Amino acid sequence: MSHVAHSTNSKPAAEPGVKVTTSATIFLLAGLALLVVAPLFFYPIFLMKLLCFALFACAFNLLLGYTGLLSFGHATFFGGAAYFTAHAVKVWGWTPELGILLGVAGAAGLGVVMGFVAIRRQGIYFAMITLALSQMFFFFCLQAGFTQGEDGIQQVPRGHLFGVIDLSVSTNMYYFVLSVFVIGLLLIWRFINSPFGMILKSIRENEARATSLGYSVARYKLGAFVMSAALAGLAGGVKALVFQFATLTDVAWQMSGEVILMTLLGGIGTLIGPIFGAGLVVTLQNYLATSDFPVTIITGVVFMVCVLLFRRGIVGEFYASRLGRSLSFEHRH
Amino acid sequence: MAQAAVQTQNEPRVVLSARGLTKIFGAFAAVKDVDLDVRHAQVHALIGPNGAGKTTVFNLLTKFLQPSAGSINLLGTDITRTAPDKVARRGLVRSFQISAVFPHLTVLDNVRVALQRPNNLATQFWLPMASLNRLNERAEELLTAVGLHNERNALAADLSYGRKRVLEIATTLALDPKVLLLDEPMAGMGQEDIGNISGIIREVARERAVLMVEHNLSVVADICHHVTVLQRGEILAEGDYATVSQDPRVRTAYMGTEEA
Repeated sequence: MSHVAHSTNSKPAAEPGVKVTTSATIFLLAGLALLVVAPLFFYPIFLMKLLCFALFACAFNLLLGYTGLLSFGHATFFGGAAYFTAHAVKVWGWTPELGILLGVAGAAGLGVVMGFVAIRRQGIYFAMITLALSQMFFFFCLQAGFTQGEDGIQQVPRGHLFGVIDLSVSTNMYYFVLSVFVIGLLLIWRFINSPFGMILKSIRENEARATSLGYSVARYKLGAFVMSAALAGLAGGVKALVFQFATLTDVAWQMSGEVILMTLLGGIGTLIGPIFGAGLVVTLQNYLATSDFPVTIITGVVFMVCVLLFRRGIVGEFYASRLGRSLSFEHRH
Repeated sequence: MAQAAVQTQNEPRVVLSARGLTKIFGAFAAVKDVDLDVRHAQVHALIGPNGAGKTTVFNLLTKFLQPSAGSINLLGTDITRTAPDKVARRGLVRSFQISAVFPHLTVLDNVRVALQRPNNLATQFWLPMASLNRLNERAEELLTAVGLHNERNALAADLSYGRKRVLEIATTLALDPKVLLLDEPMAGMGQEDIGNISGIIREVARERAVLMVEHNLSVVADICHHVTVLQRGEILAEGDYATVSQDPRVRTAYMGTEEA
């Protein structure tokens, strides 16, 4: 990436920016290859659920990990987009890709509103305002006609992608979800490693200094908030097509809590950490659903153990280890 | 002690001025009715005992705090009600008392962040990081000017205290400000760094105005053209260093302690 950076000086030293080592590239390609062959070994719906939540967690982490804002209202964007996509596809008969785009646009719109109100507050106040606004959205969804209240929007057709590829075939659907997931990750990667991302990083490092350099901190935060909301919407819209319904569960505060849990478990501020966090939580939920143990207690215990043992999250701790440093493809200090 | 700095020209133009500047916190007036004129190509010192309100004046001038009363004028524009980031964009840039660098960015990146906005490279979320490389030349020039070039790839957090302050001045200069506000640039520094930074400030002030809070009086005597003494939020005395240091009120309030 930045091997071609400035080389006016002969001193060999670390180049600024991000370096992708060969081993890290292999590691990434291996991960992708695993995802490509995964449907041969696992139930595709489970995998698709996992990818949706992984993307959701990565979108959330764009805000928490790279901007330092803890939103407690991200269910609004995830669940809101699920409703928009489901409605567009089922009632208006839109194609799936347009339905998802509507979900993304709707989530971004909600993000502008919520971000605009909340962004000037810090820490716990920011979390509380986002929580309050997302509760308002929850009640809106409960009352509004198009969401079908308690029932939710059921039997959403998956339709034909670009009018050609039949998404009701679950292999087709899986590769569609995988593509969206990869595109989503690439977008996040680009945001983080862009001039804009650099300013976000500097704001997180020292907000007062960023202001004194002339940066309007609130605007940059709002920008990051809207991007995070839009990507959460992307995950939500796809999820509505995977499960073929959109319900109140996706806009409830528990969903906001779950995505925080996934991100913390995986490792804040690492690009791939939230993927592992989401994988762990979704897998636990899936296996425990059929057992006698209450799921929330088990995930709670796992969460506590992780917080006590690995503060930086699974991937964060891995990067901090020696092997991890050599494999890390992220610019970390 | 060194001679007071030579009075250059006959009174260059005023670039930053405050009239009746007042800040009240509850029942406590931190700054009371302060008038201040900072002139182009001059180093203006703001001195006074601890708690005199020097940093509060800085915060008011840069709009990090909103004045309770009074007005501020920067380069002919009233900025009394302007947001702090806008004030910075108009050319009034400050440093902080506690060193303000971006600790987990490299020295070069610290300066590049400062250069991004003036070069319209701050909001592009679709461009790769490598697009910032066109700022490298200017950034390295600034680092060379302050003598930090060899450390350009070090993390700012790993620099010594004095070097951090130097970096801060370099990032501030990256904005090419018209008026520079330095809050205790020499605090906690060794003699060598003090000499180095004095030189940089003197150099910088050839083309811009500098207002600095400083406790080190030999530095003030050495590089400042004009001195304002604050005490309990009010102006106690004003003038060049020689005049101010002879003022009996100043001697008892502040400098007296040095000679006692």
